[in-house]
Amino acid sequence: MRYVFAVAMSLLVAGCGKPSADIAPQAAPQAVNIAADSPWPAVHFFADGQPADLAEWNLLRVADGRLRLNRDVLPYDLNTALFSDYAHKLRTVWMPKGQAAQFDAQREFDFPVGTIFSKTFYYPRGEGDTVLRSADDGPDLAGGGLQLSKVRLIETRLLVRRQDGWIALPYVWNAEQTQARLMRGGELVSLQLLASDGSREQAQYTVPDQNQCAGCHGTDMKSKALHPLGPRARHLNRDFAYDDGAANQLAHWTKVGYLHGAPEPASAPRDANWRDPDAPLEARARAYLDINCGHCHSPTGPGNTSGLWLDASTQEPLRLGRCKLPIAAGKGTGDRRHDIVPGKPDESILTYRMVSDDPSVMMPELGRSVVHAEGVQLIRDWIAAQQGTCG
Amino acid sequence: MNQPIRASVLALAVAALTAACGPEQAQHTPTAQVAAGDAGFADTFRTRLLDAKDGDVIEVPAGRYTFDRSLTLRVDGVTIRGAGPDKSVLSFKGQKAGAEGLLVNASRFTLENIAIEDSKGDGLKVNEGEHITIRNVRVEWTGGPSTKNGAYGLYPVKTRNVLIENSVAIGASDAGIYVGQSRDVIVRNSRAEFNVAGIEIENTVNADVYDNVATNNTGGILVFNMPALSQQGGAIRVFKNKVFKNNTANFGAKGTPVSSVPAGSGMVVNSNDDVEIFDNDISDNATTNIIVSSVYSTGYKDDKAAKDFDPYPERISIYGNRLSGGGDSPDGLDLKALKTAIYGLSGHFPDVLWDGYANKDRKEGPQICIRDVSGVVNADGPGGYKNPSQDTKPYACELPKLPAIDLKRG
Repeated sequence: MRYVFAVAMSLLVAGCGKPSADIAPQAAPQAVNIAADSPWPAVHFFADGQPADLAEWNLLRVADGRLRLNRDVLPYDLNTALFSDYAHKLRTVWMPKGQAAQFDAQREFDFPVGTIFSKTFYYPRGEGDTVLRSADDGPDLAGGGLQLSKVRLIETRLLVRRQDGWIALPYVWNAEQTQARLMRGGELVSLQLLASDGSREQAQYTVPDQNQCAGCHGTDMKSKALHPLGPRARHLNRDFAYDDGAANQLAHWTKVGYLHGAPEPASAPRDANWRDPDAPLEARARAYLDINCGHCHSPTGPGNTSGLWLDASTQEPLRLGRCKLPIAAGKGTGDRRHDIVPGKPDESILTYRMVSDDPSVMMPELGRSVVHAEGVQLIRDWIAAQQGTCG
Repeated sequence: MNQPIRASVLALAVAALTAACGPEQAQHTPTAQVAAGDAGFADTFRTRLLDAKDGDVIEVPAGRYTFDRSLTLRVDGVTIRGAGPDKSVLSFKGQKAGAEGLLVNASRFTLENIAIEDSKGDGLKVNEGEHITIRNVRVEWTGGPSTKNGAYGLYPVKTRNVLIENSVAIGASDAGIYVGQSRDVIVRNSRAEFNVAGIEIENTVNADVYDNVATNNTGGILVFNMPALSQQGGAIRVFKNKVFKNNTANFGAKGTPVSSVPAGSGMVVNSNDDVEIFDNDISDNATTNIIVSSVYSTGYKDDKAAKDFDPYPERISIYGNRLSGGGDSPDGLDLKALKTAIYGLSGHFPDVLWDGYANKDRKEGPQICIRDVSGVVNADGPGGYKNPSQDTKPYACELPKLPAIDLKRG
């Protein structure tokens, strides 16, 4: 009897979610062939609520076989990006008219209420049901957007700046690629990754649940507030191929009125591109660790319990893992003694955790189910180049 | 009989012989078999964690609920309550994603009357929060001890005002009940079995550990300090516990601090200051009933990793415990050799083993005060174990009693 009551209660509660501010979307929309030049209402910032359909925001729309960006929705890219099971990412930013972010050299910019970031995770399609295991060279927006016949859309995550802070909303695309629906509880998506040499690998791509978004974006365990991670000076300071030609992103954001107070790009911090063969190994490795690990492994992040800090501002060798003992790694040590043993990647816990796909061992803990072979190689090279010994 | 076969038979015979030399290994049988609950509840539960408000009580009805991804809670003031640790089970068998079963970043959190089983990583991790209550909770890896099991069962870290009571932790490949980098902690009336470390208090200030049972672990109750963390621990009282037969072979991954704990350790104090151990029943721990050691004995001899770290245990008070048995079959060649050298093949270590590392510049000495034991052996770690000493005079001292922990919960 009590059990029945509990179930009834939970059904009741489940039905109490805030309704979307707009009318509920159709459950299974027909794929309408919208002409690309048909009028498109302005971006809609929802000051509260959690719209069930991504389309309600008017950021992105499917039209003429492409995923298109609304006007003033600005695509951007990072020098070195987080690895997410080889997914490619289309990132966009939008701010209300007349509003701008305030530049900060180190921390996230101060973004105005109403700012909407979107990040669409997609894969180039391979033969059959496969998707390509390939490096992300930035979104191909030629012709007005991502060509849907060539890509498989997985999810679009929004990070929205409201009066009381940022909120994260994960939207998952349907198989027809006509609609992305809010999936607050996240999801597992099974993918066949096809490599250039023809080999295949199974990925269990995880769409995070809303609380897990904070696993990365909650960079301060005490305040628990969410923060955007990518849109910082050092990550954004690079060129982007805009419709009217390539331009530095900091300069372009300033030009379109999205950014105030930025110095000349040459005077702003700039992370290395981890794949740039001309950049120093140290800079590439640190950029990689910063964006992949530094949001947790910092003095304030969830990984601070380990005493290992891998964010851009940390300089002390011990803090960066050099000859550092593991604390609560459990079997994540891989029977190795130190986070980093100079010159010995095969004796370093850091690489062991990167080559693992066991959820209880691997790092990062979230957002990865396959090994980033190229990233592992970079960190191996970096450790191999380090001099000295551990006591 | 040709040579290779003979050799392998011999090897097998030797292996069998060696295996039989250790203390008898107890077998773990799973605690409870719970029938699957309503399949839809798993999603409902996840949604309730997302939508939780301060003051919510989230009820988990009887039944076993399976999750293939970890669960997270980030809202203060939430209680998760089951119908009992053998009735309501959150099962993570076959988990595909997430490093814990349940991850909590919140204050005024209560978890009670529930079980967490077979998570890939830690069972329950509470990272950063105040006023944490874990009551009548079972965390278990149902297949028994295995290096493949998650590291920690109950794992509050960077927390303040923590109460763990009437709980059970079984099968953790590191520590069953592990409190790290926390302050003001009580662990009581709980049971830890078949873990590498049963109960471990690490880099924690102000903890009372009492009325617990620790048995069949590799090490029963550990009070540890590790270098390069946010704080050093101290002011820990361990009393009225039953700590016996912690003789399970060490199945921790090498490189972890606990992997150096010899099987058959009752209580271990490592690099911690201000620890009081009294009124416990400690028996039949095959290496020795109580070990006092420094980080140098945990396989780390690296001074560089410990710039501002005090590696020496100081102001340790051991008195009024009831000790018996143990010390007869130490784990590891070094300790076996040491025991044989001092006490002969059929002899055994006394109740307390100290590795002998002390700060030479401290004029009052390490202040390790020990009474009411069968003996103490100083293993002479700094001297390469060459001149162990059985002199008990250095331990004839008395320290002021540590205050009881008051969580001020009325």
